[in-house]
Amino acid sequence: MSQKFTLTVNGKAHTIEADPDMPLLYALRDDIGLNNPKFGCGLAQCGACTVHLDGQPTRSCVTPLSAVGKAKITTLAGLGTPSSPHPLQTAYIEEQVPQCGYCINGWIMTAAAFLGKKKKPSDAEIRDALSGLKCRCGTHMGIVRAVKRAAEMMG
Amino acid sequence: MTKMDKPAGFSRRSLLKTGGALVVSVGMPIGLETVTAIDQAFAQGTRPPLTPDQLSSYIAVNADGTISAFFGKIDGGQGVDVAIGQIVADELDVAVAKVKVVMGDSATSVNQGGASNASGIEEGAVPLRNAAAEARRVLVEMAAGLLSVPADKLVVKDGVVSAADDPSKRITYTQMIGGRYFNVPVEWNKKWGNPLSIVGKAKPKKPADYKIVGQTVRRNDVAPKVFARFDYITDVKVPGMVHGRMLRPPVAGAVPTSVDESSVKDISGARVVWKQGFLGVVADKEWDAVRAAQRLKVTWSQVAPPFPNENELYDHIRKAPVNKRVEAMKVGDIGPAFAGAAKVISAEYDWPFQSHSSMGPGCAVVDIKDGQVTVWTGSQKPHYAVEGVAGILGVPRDKVRAIWVMGPGSYGRNDAADTMIDAALLAQAVGRPVRLQYSREEGHAWNAKSPASVHRVRAGLDQDGKVVAFHFEAKSFSRLDVASNESEPRHTLAGQLTGLPPKPADIYLFPGEAAPGGPYSFPNKLMAWETIPPLLASASPLRTSHLRDPLGPELYFAAESFVDELAAATGSDPVEFRLRYLTDQRDIAVVKAAAEKAKWETRPSGPRGPTSAVAHGRGIAFARRGKTLVALVAEVDVDRQSGKLRARRFVVAHDCGLIINPGGLRQCIENQTVYALSRSMWEEVHFSREKVTSVDWATYPILDITEAPDAVDVVLINHPELPPSGAGEPTVRTVGAAIANAVFDATGVRLRRGPFTPDRLKAALS
Ligand code: FES
Ligand code: FES
Repeated sequence: MSQKFTLTVNGKAHTIEADPDMPLLYALRDDIGLNNPKFGCGLAQCGACTVHLDGQPTRSCVTPLSAVGKAKITTLAGLGTPSSPHPLQTAYIEEQVPQCGYCINGWIMTAAAFLGKKKKPSDAEIRDALSGLKCRCGTHMGIVRAVKRAAEMMG
Repeated sequence: MTKMDKPAGFSRRSLLKTGGALVVSVGMPIGLETVTAIDQAFAQGTRPPLTPDQLSSYIAVNADGTISAFFGKIDGGQGVDVAIGQIVADELDVAVAKVKVVMGDSATSVNQGGASNASGIEEGAVPLRNAAAEARRVLVEMAAGLLSVPADKLVVKDGVVSAADDPSKRITYTQMIGGRYFNVPVEWNKKWGNPLSIVGKAKPKKPADYKIVGQTVRRNDVAPKVFARFDYITDVKVPGMVHGRMLRPPVAGAVPTSVDESSVKDISGARVVWKQGFLGVVADKEWDAVRAAQRLKVTWSQVAPPFPNENELYDHIRKAPVNKRVEAMKVGDIGPAFAGAAKVISAEYDWPFQSHSSMGPGCAVVDIKDGQVTVWTGSQKPHYAVEGVAGILGVPRDKVRAIWVMGPGSYGRNDAADTMIDAALLAQAVGRPVRLQYSREEGHAWNAKSPASVHRVRAGLDQDGKVVAFHFEAKSFSRLDVASNESEPRHTLAGQLTGLPPKPADIYLFPGEAAPGGPYSFPNKLMAWETIPPLLASASPLRTSHLRDPLGPELYFAAESFVDELAAATGSDPVEFRLRYLTDQRDIAVVKAAAEKAKWETRPSGPRGPTSAVAHGRGIAFARRGKTLVALVAEVDVDRQSGKLRARRFVVAHDCGLIINPGGLRQCIENQTVYALSRSMWEEVHFSREKVTSVDWATYPILDITEAPDAVDVVLINHPELPPSGAGEPTVRTVGAAIANAVFDATGVRLRRGPFTPDRLKAALS
């Protein structure tokens, strides 16, 4: 049943043994011990578990380990650090966006991929790109402001 | 213990610390004995007992020069802790960055009720403010003795006490007491929870003297969250811990009659815990616990479906026998006033069950070791959690420590407490520390709900269209089938599933709570409420408890929609109509401020001009919550074809007395406006005869970012002469009515049932 998997997470290789059907989220949280992708729904409905697979925002709660292959996994912690923050992280702090903050992996990781492709998006384009993600605290206005601010920083 | 610095300007004596006490050598002009006496009068090396009547229970000066403020509440991300830090810093005359607010740990703070009633600042700040003022007084008195300068000739800046006329005579808080504890009694009002308060001998400062209160101060938790360096309750790990999952019945009220443990025997480490209606599994790995819960073969008892058809919910409430009736507000006598009225107008408004459905399902970790129980919980009432866990485990309270850790959202009695009590039972049964996170389905379907209700409102008008009588009747399930905290296990799922008798409180409005219609000077008023029996008495997925702004959305949707109906019936502008009947200057000011900022166009509401595909409208609602006042203007677009509503802009005028942190307050108001828009537009718990069918975000939709408004403009009204009042919830109650009133303005259609989904709007428009 169990198989060996080598996962490259934020530039570091981890070898784990697990059920191939197990969602990537459980490997990241339970086997590797990361705290950042969150369990929100397990149904691909909220985004709290979002990571990048080769730069693509992916809901790790429904991605079986068997589907990860050699993809490079980036989590929020790997996006930037206090000394070298991603513009979205800087903007999130400037705008003081999160309330509880449990949702932020979804918003930041999805927005980071979006801003990587789209320069100077309009408000409506930002909203469309982030549609479907959930925030229960209602921080949506701050999220739009932060993504705009980050877009400006990225030129 | 840190090494004492040699105090500058204190050269004739050198201070040093030995054995935890402050000692001054070469005592000129004061002697060692005096120094020791001063020290012993106020300080000691170990912390006095953690009781409300000790100054040390609230404030400590640490060896590194920081101040600890021990706060018996929590902050769920709205910056309550920042505001507490500002208040403490101002009273103590230290920089705000020096104050560390330590909250939510039953081992470090007294029970101030946890987060509740949006009372973090309104009630929670009072003892902290008084304690900080008292600490300053004590420190100045100590300094007076040590510097031989009378206390009234001393000044304090940044934690340095110095002689007003000779700054070289100085000593710091840290030098006097850093790393040790105050040994100073304070006067406690003998109350626990939200109303707990204390006074010392010191008088807190006058608002005019505040330097930090009133400034925008940023939160400490944002950067760690953004860089993933912040552990939530879901991230707590304890050595040797196993993961749990619970099993819930296919029909609410059913209990397991047989459990086939062999069905999970190939899952490594899977164990079953079954006690009456309580059924869970644990495994070493979380995924294995998830799989075991899915795979476990269980036979459930046959029970009659407990619920009515969802489409008969409001009929059920209307026809249900009344458990309790209370006339919460009575002014004059409505009987003769209605009899003599020239015209009577009436309407009924319905509001559904709504769900916390936090961003992540509840989670807790419980470790029982050598008779000592440690609980990590997202419950916003950790001090009550101690009692609940002690109760369910049958251990003394002093053997339980509850540590609050930020949960995935927290707006009342969500599933955090139930997960914790479940985890405690699992941990006791398996003899290992247990981490339990619910499934999404449990987080939606099995957390406590806010009650569904119907509201009948009528008013009598005289010949001139003046309101002479106002009558508001609410009929609802009790607001508290389970208590708003978990101190009694019978108020938890696990308690009820293991045979404890439920004890629902038959209550709707609390005494003294601002009754809808209250602020308006209608000469005769009656506000009454009635409760009806719960649909399922024990372990019900539709059991009720506090959800953010308890009862606010439904009561004020009804009351403020009806006031709008009265304005329309009398051909009045809705703002003018309200101002005609408001008498309190603060009420009037807040309504005017909202109207002005919104550039409110004075005219009776209702559709104007030729019909267009998308109709525009504006609406206003006004409400009090405690001492806080909110007026909110909504501007909406209604797509007549699809029934889809878009709230384009909100203007919120907000008066909560003294403003502590304007930036934080703005954000808090903006977020709760968007949150309430979600409640108003989408949120409705669906159920079948058997069970709750709102089990995820597809079956319990909430607001999408594409539906968020273009702007939320906030007008803050500051009243430095008034104490600060709650700001975490009051805006929530104004949003539904303001939108419904705007929809009427746009289309001429009255929405009398929430939420305002496209289907419902479409039906109303056709
Ligand atoms: S947890 Fe993966 S989308 Fe919700
Ligand atoms: S900040 Fe709490 S869910 Fe988004």
